[in-house]
Amino acid sequence: MQTLTKLGYNIAGPVLALIISFAIGGIFIAIIGKDPLAVYSQFFSDTLGNAYGIGQVLFKATPLIFTGLASAICFRAGLFNIGAEGQLIIGAFCIAFVGNVFGILPAIFLLPLCILAGFIGGACWGIIPGLLKATFGAHEVINTIMMNFIAAALVNYFVSNVFFVPATVHTPDIVPAAHLSRLDFFFESFHGAPVNLSLFIAIGAALLLHVYLWKTSLGYELRATGLNLNAARYAGIHVERHMIGTLTLGGGLAGLAGMNFVMGYKHYFELGFSEGAGFIGIAVALLARNNPIGIVLTSIFFGILQYGSLTINTIVPKELANILQAIVILCIIVLSKVIDRHMVRLQKQSVAAEVHA
Amino acid sequence: MRLFTLLLTITLILFLVGCARKADQQEQPTKMKVGLVFDVGGRGDKSFNDAAYRGLEKAKKELGMDFEYIEPGPGADREAALRQLANHKDIALIFGIGFIFTDDITTIAREFPSKKFACVDYTYDSTRPLPPNLVALLFREEEGSFLVGTLAALLTKTNVIGFIGGMQSPLIKKFEAGYIAGARYANPKCEVLVGYAGTTGEAFKNPGKGKELALGQYTRGADIIYHASGVTGLGVFEAARELKKLAIGVDSDQYHEAPGNILTSMTKIVDTAVFQSIKAAKESTFVGGRAMIFDLKSNGVDYVYDQNNKSLIPDDVHTKVEETRRKIVSGEITVPYQ
Repeated sequence: MQTLTKLGYNIAGPVLALIISFAIGGIFIAIIGKDPLAVYSQFFSDTLGNAYGIGQVLFKATPLIFTGLASAICFRAGLFNIGAEGQLIIGAFCIAFVGNVFGILPAIFLLPLCILAGFIGGACWGIIPGLLKATFGAHEVINTIMMNFIAAALVNYFVSNVFFVPATVHTPDIVPAAHLSRLDFFFESFHGAPVNLSLFIAIGAALLLHVYLWKTSLGYELRATGLNLNAARYAGIHVERHMIGTLTLGGGLAGLAGMNFVMGYKHYFELGFSEGAGFIGIAVALLARNNPIGIVLTSIFFGILQYGSLTINTIVPKELANILQAIVILCIIVLSKVIDRHMVRLQKQSVAAEVHA
Repeated sequence: MRLFTLLLTITLILFLVGCARKADQQEQPTKMKVGLVFDVGGRGDKSFNDAAYRGLEKAKKELGMDFEYIEPGPGADREAALRQLANHKDIALIFGIGFIFTDDITTIAREFPSKKFACVDYTYDSTRPLPPNLVALLFREEEGSFLVGTLAALLTKTNVIGFIGGMQSPLIKKFEAGYIAGARYANPKCEVLVGYAGTTGEAFKNPGKGKELALGQYTRGADIIYHASGVTGLGVFEAARELKKLAIGVDSDQYHEAPGNILTSMTKIVDTAVFQSIKAAKESTFVGGRAMIFDLKSNGVDYVYDQNNKSLIPDDVHTKVEETRRKIVSGEITVPYQ
């Protein structure tokens, strides 16, 4: 009975939050003189009503899974990784560079090499704040943010002056051997949607991370470090090692997000392609309560919001679509807290009832 | 729990209201429409994107052509936005605004051979043929810039003039090259200071940086600065107003951004290009697979000389600039573009 109630609340919560946020959004839409129903029907039919829309949603979700995992694993270790954006940019650029420069290699070597390049690029951007935190106690929030600026400026320089195609804002193409196939290659109905095999790599990463966090002793130590640093240290856990290791792993995961665009879609690195996926990853992680499997689902949800906002842009201004997105996220966060509190109260009541009986 | 019930009730009422309104609506007869996807800057930049929007509005007023537009973010949104409009059964002609659409619009034009496409500032490469349903709308910005360069070099008292570009790119280099060549042509002693606001699209949206660059050039002796930098140029005007110097606007007539300090503007008729393409599509005279070039000869680029700025330009200078125009149009002067 108890678990059933819990499940009910877990499903009812987000649904209720969605309904409420759409109602509030509807008021905004009505204020600017448009029909809320027309907007919402276009929103849902274009995102979930056909395979192409679903493909677009999954494409948008893929980098968010990586950046969401990058934030979540650091949160689990008690670290705030605000640097996923910079890690993503560096990783993506490394993929584009390796995919072009090592073009003579056959696919069987080149594909893993590109993926490795993305991971290492991002990891380099994660290990620096990790080392600074572990050795000097310098706060990782400031340092990861600063690393974002360095990444952006550095990559801008390379894409504008060193490694670029004239008259564009992107790098030269990677060779076909480094391409990850699009899913429309296997399923014709996805035709045109850029969703590609990196989606499965992202899901694989989420599963691996789940195993790491809950089925290994290292994962246990990591969580212990996050829950209580001093207690963990007292218990003999090398917390500094976990700080460095976790930020490095997080950086690497964020670096892999570039695969989706560079290896699976455009086959080059383009300035500004990330659309802030590094920052949205933080919201994804929080909403999924740092649960790797939850992050996959939350990313898909954010993918729906992002692609949906683009599709309704023909009816309402872009700004309104952004407002809608923000309202939905706010409602879900607030309502999940309200429901949590309600659950605790229910539990207390049932315990009290048992005691009385 | 009471809160939930209340919210749920409100929601239901809103849905019912929505449904009632839906029932009132009549089915509208379908007619031909135009779709347009803006550059990253989006609407409200007071130059490039707004000029394209004016073209849409004019077409709606004069040709009765309804339109839909999308302001995409960076990355994958451009292709998705173009495809969404192309999938719309009423939309017959789709525009991409800006050189960044080059790859995406080529892909989508191939995917939808029955629809028509037009791209402003398309990066045209003669080795790669355009799809037969796509027209590239190109401007000879260097020719208009040559004229304002001539004008600035004839009017400068310090023999130093300035140029401020937005994003460092071949497109903006065209403005710079024409401007410098024009200045050298009219006044070989004239020195041209050059500054760029950055290397990404953001460089078109940074008035603070524009002001900083302009103040620097004015202090180094420049008395006239020409900008080709979108919203960034608003900072250039701000600096001109503060130091009581002159600036030259770009794309649209920007006189009203700083009356009295705007010597002239190099105009690029994106609005007319958009309007003419729509008109051609409506009258079935649209021919794709080629580049349409808007130059000085066709008044596709020009400079402003009207009641507002007449007092800033002496008659003899105006005559000389007009003479230069004739020489460019006749081919006597070849204007460099890089």
